Amino acid sequence: MEKFCTFTGIVAPLDRANIDTDAIIPKQFLKSIHRSGFGPNLFDEWRYLDHGEPGIDCSNRPLNQGFILNKDPYQQASILLTRENFGCGSSREHAPWALAEFGFKTLIAESFADIFYNNCFKNGILPITFSKDIIQFLFEKAEENTGFTFTVNLEDQILIDSSGNVFEFKLEVYRKNALLNGLDDIGLTLSHENEIIVFEKNHQIMQPWLFTS
Amino acid sequence: MSGKTLYDKLWESHLVRENDDGTSLLYIDRQLIHEVTSPQAFEGMRITNRSLWRSETNVAVPDHNIPTKDRYKGISDPISKLQVDTLDENCDSFQIKEFKMTDPNQGIVHVIGPEQGLTLPGMTIVCGDSHTSTHGALGALAFGIGTSEVEHVMTTQCLIQQKSKNMLIKVNGQLKKGITAKDLILAIIGKIGTAGGTGYAIEFGGDAIKALSMEGRMTVCNMTIEAGARAGLIAVDQTTIDYVKGKPFAPKGELWEKAVTYWKTLQSDSDAEFDKIVEMDAIDINPMVTWGTSPEMVIDIDGMIPFNENGIHEPALNYMDLEKGTRIKDIALDKVFIGSCTNSRIEDLREAAKVVEGKKIANSIKLAMVVPGSGPVKEQAEQEGLDKIFIDAGFEWREPGCSMCLAMNADRLEPGERCASTSNRNFEGRQGQGGRTHLVSPPMAAAAAINGYFVNVVNDEWVN
Ligand code: SF4
Repeated sequence: MEKFCTFTGIVAPLDRANIDTDAIIPKQFLKSIHRSGFGPNLFDEWRYLDHGEPGIDCSNRPLNQGFILNKDPYQQASILLTRENFGCGSSREHAPWALAEFGFKTLIAESFADIFYNNCFKNGILPITFSKDIIQFLFEKAEENTGFTFTVNLEDQILIDSSGNVFEFKLEVYRKNALLNGLDDIGLTLSHENEIIVFEKNHQIMQPWLFTS
Repeated sequence: MSGKTLYDKLWESHLVRENDDGTSLLYIDRQLIHEVTSPQAFEGMRITNRSLWRSETNVAVPDHNIPTKDRYKGISDPISKLQVDTLDENCDSFQIKEFKMTDPNQGIVHVIGPEQGLTLPGMTIVCGDSHTSTHGALGALAFGIGTSEVEHVMTTQCLIQQKSKNMLIKVNGQLKKGITAKDLILAIIGKIGTAGGTGYAIEFGGDAIKALSMEGRMTVCNMTIEAGARAGLIAVDQTTIDYVKGKPFAPKGELWEKAVTYWKTLQSDSDAEFDKIVEMDAIDINPMVTWGTSPEMVIDIDGMIPFNENGIHEPALNYMDLEKGTRIKDIALDKVFIGSCTNSRIEDLREAAKVVEGKKIANSIKLAMVVPGSGPVKEQAEQEGLDKIFIDAGFEWREPGCSMCLAMNADRLEPGERCASTSNRNFEGRQGQGGRTHLVSPPMAAAAAINGYFVNVVNDEWVN
């Protein structure tokens, strides 16, 4: 995974609560056996006027011009602003894959669903939560200033807007480190191989029926 | 020091190490695998040249993509076929036990785990699927994970986790006659909201939960994820042990005795402290119907779509083509789906069949289908003659799989069609683009099929 670096990006406001993973990437695209190729189908049912199927070239499909990501300059957005419980629904990691491939590096919401939140960090996306009031303030700001930008500084855990206003955000240390260092979780866990083996031997003594086949 | 919750006990008995940064390494006893969320994990293992830590702890089954009709003809959609073939190839080459599409024991992953005894009390169980919470009904710590984590478990037998908080949902008293576990969990979601359980492991307790069958408990835990919690739990009792006994992969003989002794300790201590407790009275719960595009948009059958002045319901009502103030009983249906990992077990089919017996589906219903959760459920139902009851009434009787729960196979709603469904999600497009889903219990779905409209199945007023 790539390291997460400070960047400045356009904030796209998507004003809905409870946006679920079926909306982020509809199930027909989950038939892919690959990890990439999901970007053009992000929010497929909202983004296009026709019905999307895997394998169809999206560049010729009719766009829903009213959808925020089809409006200038949000095609270039790298920060998504939304309401509470973003990413609820299934465990599909295709959702963060699609968001990342579109270009989103940071998501801002009042809250995120647990599995989705966790999946973001495995894919270099930083999800940030703010209180209802701040989210409301940001939505108003986005409405007034089309294409307003934030600089996302993970190291210092701050967002800075173009006028220099600073918004601090909270994040657990291990999640921050994982993004900053682009760590390989499996490699990290395997460095504790001996501890796993010791645990396993003991576990077998305690619950031998789990080790019969 | 206060006592431990069931979640604390399951957590501690699987703790390999605690890291300095607040995370822990948790040992995983069982990984269930299906075709949709696993190919990229196998690919990852190949690229990094890593191998399975303990191959026998992994069990796979294709369920999302497979046809529920004419299965002997194979899968006609080439992309679905490739995904199922890829699972078969991966399981063959990594020597993972798989119930292939044509195996008589094939079924929805969350139905076959408990049915085969692959899910046991006290285990940690994961699957790249959010409804893994189902298995918590047996007193196991079970939760859904993403594909990166699937690979992590395959190669290390562990997961990096942060402990959740403890919530107890206590349902006092007894459900009224005819009220099902589905109504109960919908009522709970209506009360706490779809984000109400975020950050928690939820234990369900109280007399109404204790009185549920294992099938009912699985329905409740299944939809814990719709309440925002990754894991739902129910304490082990005699109902659990009786259910597990004799299952194909359950321990036998001396090991069985030993296991039961341990499993009996799998309850929260009486002085355990929960971070949050929600209490409800079972007697207040009526048959429930969702009216919107989130499971928390739910009301009882005698209610009407609520008024909300600030407009937050507008997108949902537009999508559902409904108006505030409409009575639930005035909603007409096009299709009826009885199935999914929430409600496709034998007890669900029995309850639905009871409602249907001797009647015919309404002329206005274009399609009513029953999709059993697994091969053994289907066989059992056929032995009891339930298939005949459904077919005589005008239902289609299908082969097991996820089917119209998420419409990855050929079973789906057409744009604008309205469905009474026993599944777990009413999201936009979930059952087919533009399709409109109302979540209900199996008897409510069956009664809606007979009547063409929603009716209160507990009262007899609707009998046509
Ligand atoms: S039945 Fe539905 S919810 Fe259950 S595993 Fe299949 S698709 Fe998921």
